[in-house]
Amino acid sequence: MKLDECRNADGKSRKKVGVLDVQGAVREHLLALKTVGVKAVSVKLPEDFDELDGLIIPGGESTAIGRLIREQGLEDRLRTFYKEGKGIFGTCAGLILCSTDESHETNDLRLGFIDIEVERNGFGRQVASFETSLDFTGIEQKVEAVFIRAPYIQSVGPGVKVLAAVDDKIVAAEQKNVLVTAFHPELTEDNVVLNYFLNHFVGLSVTN
Amino acid sequence: MSNKTVGSDRVKRGMAEMQKGGVIMDVVNAEEAKIAEAAGAVAVMALERVPSDIRQAGGIARMANPEIIEEVINAVSIPVMAKARIGHISEARILEAMGVDYIDESEVLTPADEEYHILKSDYVVPFVCGCRDLGEALRRIGEGASMLRTKGEPGTGNIVEAVRHIRKVNGQIAVLSSLSNDELMTFARDIGAPYELVKEVKERGKLPVVNFAAGGVATPADAALMMSLGADGVFVGSGIFKSESPEKFARAIVRATTNYEDYELLAELSKDLGEPMTGIEISQLGEAGRMQERGW
Repeated sequence: MKLDECRNADGKSRKKVGVLDVQGAVREHLLALKTVGVKAVSVKLPEDFDELDGLIIPGGESTAIGRLIREQGLEDRLRTFYKEGKGIFGTCAGLILCSTDESHETNDLRLGFIDIEVERNGFGRQVASFETSLDFTGIEQKVEAVFIRAPYIQSVGPGVKVLAAVDDKIVAAEQKNVLVTAFHPELTEDNVVLNYFLNHFVGLSVTN
Repeated sequence: MSNKTVGSDRVKRGMAEMQKGGVIMDVVNAEEAKIAEAAGAVAVMALERVPSDIRQAGGIARMANPEIIEEVINAVSIPVMAKARIGHISEARILEAMGVDYIDESEVLTPADEEYHILKSDYVVPFVCGCRDLGEALRRIGEGASMLRTKGEPGTGNIVEAVRHIRKVNGQIAVLSSLSNDELMTFARDIGAPYELVKEVKERGKLPVVNFAAGGVATPADAALMMSLGADGVFVGSGIFKSESPEKFARAIVRATTNYEDYELLAELSKDLGEPMTGIEISQLGEAGRMQERGW
């Protein structure tokens, strides 16, 4: 795994990717980014978005993360970041937060960055959480995928490209500058999905 | 159908990873569970009584009535945890069958077995266990615990024991990291921990599972303190619903856990909360009152 382009003289990437750091699996994403040689920073406050080339919204509890996004005053900055066309990658809770999910009945935050309807905890409770390997459009090898009280995508709007499914349930999709997965690429050793994000949404050239 | 594996270490430990930076709150009914969820809790612990009430009630503390657990499961969309007595295999199996998301094999309840803990690797549902030092932490992981927490001293609103326990664990990890490989077996013997896990902690420089704070968190500042000392997140037992204004305390502790180094914000969060739960000085408990001595 290495970076071919976009390096400074010291060999480090010029691109900077942030991980939203209000709750959840932040550390794993930061580590994975560092492993592939990308500058990774934690994002807690509106000013932390400055100079970012991409953002990962990690797994965690979507209700807790959504509430903290509002209380930390991050919602507007997130929306501007999206409108600027910067790459955004939502995993699990991040998928739920990025969705339109017009049918949801609560006041919980939905950013509407990708036109999908979501079934929260769609595979069941924790005892039904599982790992599997799956086909992912645009990635040649099988992808190891860990699902934890995971959501799935019930339906997609026009312009959304479906990338992966488990038992006919959609678990990965993209639209414009947004990529979402219902599983946790940060919990597996292979960085193929992260590389897919960096290559297609952040403008890097990383080989698996 | 795809080939799915349930109950693997990655799935069980991963569940705890997703709780990091969050607050898990003790609740005794659906109403409290909803307050906790709305305040931003990452999970709730469904109980018959919070620890301070268990202290007052005396007698034998057992697994909660399944009706309470079901009521809480039906009330919220966040994960629901529940406690089984130390060594009580059947309580644990009942909780697993009910679809509880995490089981706390807990010293807050009266132990069912003073010799053996549950063999947690046998279960699909993940377990969290308490620890006072690295040896106890690695013994529980050796039995299959997917998450740890400090034991602290539950139901006291006194943070001193939780501080002692997190400092002890992290201090011992620091010592272990500085040892050479030929010293590891003796270290494993001295702390009573499985050798393979001692090796793993030395290589990684940290525990293989997350370690939360528990047992005495009563204020936003307490939560921030435990995060500063290296806790991955916070359990709050009696601290929320035994305070004067549970909703305010719940919200303030959630934000304090995320922003544990922003002292100006912590000052704001600590205002206008009303009275925290009444605390107990540890020396007033006496030997029998020390829940942390349960289990080994």
